[in-house]
Amino acid sequence: MDDLLRDFVVETVESIDVVDNQLVRFEREPNNRAIIDQIFRLVHTIKGTCGFLGLPRLETLTHAAETALDRYRDGAAVTSGAVTLILSTIDRIKVIMAELDRSQSEPEGHDSDLISALEVLAERTAIPAKPHVPAAPAGAHQADTDYTTGSLIYQVLERKLRPGEASLDELERAFRETVQDCDFSDEELDKAGLGEHAAEPASEPLVSNPDEAPEGNAGHALRNNTIRVPVDTLEHLMTMVSELVLTRNQLLDIARKDDNSAYKVPLQRLSHVTAELQESVMKTRMQPIGSAWAKLPRLMRDLAHDLNKDIALHTSGAETEIDRQLLELIKDPMIHMIRNAADHGIEHPGDRIKFGKPAQGSIRVSAAQEGGNITLSIADDGRGLDLKRIRDKAVRLGLTSAADASRLTDAQVARFIFHPGFSTAEKLTSISGRGVGMDVVRTNIEQVGGSVDVRTTAGQGTTVDIKIPLTLAIAAALIVEANGQRFALPQSAVVELVKPSGSSEARIEHISQSPVLRLRERLLPLVPLARILGIEAQQTRPLESAFIVVCQVAGIRFGIVVDGVLQTEEIVVKPVSQQIRHIASFSGSTIMGDGAVIMILDPNGLVQTIGDLGDAHNDNTAGLAGGSVQAEERSTLLVFRAGPGSPMAVPLALITRLEEIDVARIEHAGGQKLVQYRGKLMRLVPGSDDMDTRTTGNQPVVVFAHGSFCVGLMVDQIIDIVNEKLDISLAGAKPGIIGSAVLRGKATDIVDVAHHVPELNDDRSRRRTDKPSLLLVAPSDFLRAMLGPVLQAAGLDVTQAASPTEARARMGSGSFDFVVAGIDDRTCLELTATAPHTTQFIGLASHASRSLLEDASHAGFEDVVGFFDREGLLGCIARLRHALEDAA
Amino acid sequence: MIEPANLNTPLADGHDTAQLVTVHVGNQLFGIPILQVRDVFMVPSVTPVPLAPASVAGLFNLRGRVITMLSVRALLGQPRADDGGNMTAIGIEWQNEAFGLLVDRIGEVLMLDVRRREPNPTNLDTRWAAVSAGVYRLDTSLLVEISLEALFRGTLRAAA
Repeated sequence: MDDLLRDFVVETVESIDVVDNQLVRFEREPNNRAIIDQIFRLVHTIKGTCGFLGLPRLETLTHAAETALDRYRDGAAVTSGAVTLILSTIDRIKVIMAELDRSQSEPEGHDSDLISALEVLAERTAIPAKPHVPAAPAGAHQADTDYTTGSLIYQVLERKLRPGEASLDELERAFRETVQDCDFSDEELDKAGLGEHAAEPASEPLVSNPDEAPEGNAGHALRNNTIRVPVDTLEHLMTMVSELVLTRNQLLDIARKDDNSAYKVPLQRLSHVTAELQESVMKTRMQPIGSAWAKLPRLMRDLAHDLNKDIALHTSGAETEIDRQLLELIKDPMIHMIRNAADHGIEHPGDRIKFGKPAQGSIRVSAAQEGGNITLSIADDGRGLDLKRIRDKAVRLGLTSAADASRLTDAQVARFIFHPGFSTAEKLTSISGRGVGMDVVRTNIEQVGGSVDVRTTAGQGTTVDIKIPLTLAIAAALIVEANGQRFALPQSAVVELVKPSGSSEARIEHISQSPVLRLRERLLPLVPLARILGIEAQQTRPLESAFIVVCQVAGIRFGIVVDGVLQTEEIVVKPVSQQIRHIASFSGSTIMGDGAVIMILDPNGLVQTIGDLGDAHNDNTAGLAGGSVQAEERSTLLVFRAGPGSPMAVPLALITRLEEIDVARIEHAGGQKLVQYRGKLMRLVPGSDDMDTRTTGNQPVVVFAHGSFCVGLMVDQIIDIVNEKLDISLAGAKPGIIGSAVLRGKATDIVDVAHHVPELNDDRSRRRTDKPSLLLVAPSDFLRAMLGPVLQAAGLDVTQAASPTEARARMGSGSFDFVVAGIDDRTCLELTATAPHTTQFIGLASHASRSLLEDASHAGFEDVVGFFDREGLLGCIARLRHALEDAA
Repeated sequence: MIEPANLNTPLADGHDTAQLVTVHVGNQLFGIPILQVRDVFMVPSVTPVPLAPASVAGLFNLRGRVITMLSVRALLGQPRADDGGNMTAIGIEWQNEAFGLLVDRIGEVLMLDVRRREPNPTNLDTRWAAVSAGVYRLDTSLLVEISLEALFRGTLRAAA
């Protein structure tokens, strides 16, 4: 790019940011001359440079804006409409600048819409009488006398007039006419001068942040002390310093081995100098976090305007410095959360007054440095999160069971908002509430090694706390060992280190081949590092001699099994080449103090390797129930053995927990086996009629929970968890068995959970004399077989259809209260068109993508729940039924 | 070893002369265009990268820079040499990333008339043909010129 043009673009973009800020202040303090002048000067500068660089489109636009702004400089009253128009002009300039930056030429198109509006604005704006001629070019003339003398020179402009420009004749006329108006009394002059004299002192207290007031002068002094350096140069400098640090570490390593070395003293000095140099260079990468806030006042103004709310923005700690690379990364999440706060948090002024709060809501954004971290908090004084709704939604999405949900603390409940697809907003707005926001925020922040948390108090507001490391270039890492090879594990992901033992709380157990750690009453999936990296030794060491590094990423907690934990070290992250960049388990490489290169593990990549294991053991944290990431028609099943017959299987998503219960604790009452479980009595039923129940030791039990009911299915042995395409043959079904399928090459009976949990049938409170009718539309025989009995048990009259066509036929012959349809096949979404209004639709999805959820709600579906999310489905139906009854 | 004098010899007929660094891999002589060779260095040991394509021998710290070591033997489908100790590598920069090509032994720098270069024989092993830019007939043996472009494309295909 042309150097001149590049400088122009860079400078202009910076100035526009400043103006953006100023314009909002301008609206609040319309009479602040200093601000008007500043804005005018900027527009004027752009205009001047445009002419010089040959950018006609930009020049015309800025000219029109300049003319309009000039009116305000002359003291006209500023209206909110005018500010909006000038803001859109600035936006247009930004668009043109962006294109200039990209292609070095102005974009096609014209701005006549804005220009004519600006012209109208300039014309209509009433200017308090002033002794000066309003039009800018005429300002050069001095109107000292009542009459103009001398002959007119015939003038011809040698180009066409641009929009917004006045012809010479008009100027001349304006000039003559104005002269006569110049006869004012002193009184009138004083009044007219109000803009100039009276407003100055009055505006001072209006300045929201007193620190900002002398900005002009301070900024000027600062500018003389700074130079512009390309970011690449800084990056290069940083790399070189990193290398210097590494070399120093190597030297120190050598010197340590040789006590009487003459190098010792100079080396020490080198070490000090290097450390200082490193710090200084790090500083060059730092930017005050406030530079990312420059856009906030404008954003807040637009938001408040759009939402019809009165919101004040307070910022503090803008001078906190942060690595510019990180700043870029957190900018968007930050803005997203401010939008959320404005949209969902702050109430409308009327409501606020009703609650006894000031009509003006406030959003506080503050930053501070705490050790090696930056904490950033975004607080609003709005209504707070609706914890009850979040709890309900979490249960409905299958993130937690109803029983667990009631036991969670408010803080734990609030954290559900960071789950994918979670939005409790009743309606979508253009600003937020699509349920895709907060999990993206969390992902972005966790990617840079940060964390995010939320605090909320009903009626008093919500605060989101973000913690991010100061810099990305150097990270704290744990050096671990697997089969003799060292790896670096970023400490940000590490929760704790556990040394397993046979007897203590931390015990390693196996489900089939999959090792799990029983840690404080939770099952933690384990990832043996050597095995997943394919560097397993011939003779594997027993897991018990290993260390377990407990990590948490993206809401999943898991343990990495390593042979040893060596030390912690500050590492400089180096990218790896294209040939190995695709390996998800690594995020880069680093050079150790002894000069060796080691790979940096990526916990995000490692967690992928545990795949469905993660879903199985994180009943509190897994995504949408029913295996959110599985391919179509694949089901994850727990295979177990009960009795001498063929192995049995049950969909994992239906299982609440796996337990081992001491046989001695089993009690007998009323011909049933019972056990005290989590403060309640749980009934135990045999997995098959011909199995022998144990008399000593521990009895493995598969626990199914439905609301407050728990039933334990006693089994002989848990065999495996499989993820396979199910091809069920329903023939030969017997009570308690839906049918059989071939899993891992063996015929396996699929258990009918509804048969073992007859409590479902005793759900009398919900039963009405006339059963509501329900149509279940799902192409999968298995799904219908699983859900049909469950729905029937819940007191519904269930009809089944395998395809949308069949469903239409059934709907034609009778009306249904509910239609539950698998919407992975999107043609099912069209069913709503043919149904009467009284029919309520519920969608079933294997993976609830955002677009699917939107399409479903668009098509008129009341809700979408996951396949096999029995509780979610029943809860949803119950809710809709209550709504129906209430309405009736 | 490379004679610096050779590098600086002005050539009367520069366009028609190829300067190749010869390397030995197995029993075969290869040539790499000298302008693409940044340096030659000894490699005491490399850090293996688990899960990486076979052609990636590992990572190595060359004066504070992490470079990816590629095994020419693996690329040509030959068994790995006995890593009895130091290995020899040719430093190359490709698409702004640094690489080292592990070879058995470095030969000399040859100035060859490009008109003597012949296309690959049709019966050449496909893996060899993929990385070969042509064959020179030397007095004592044949020399296969390596096309780095083709070589790197090959490693990326393996990675994909």
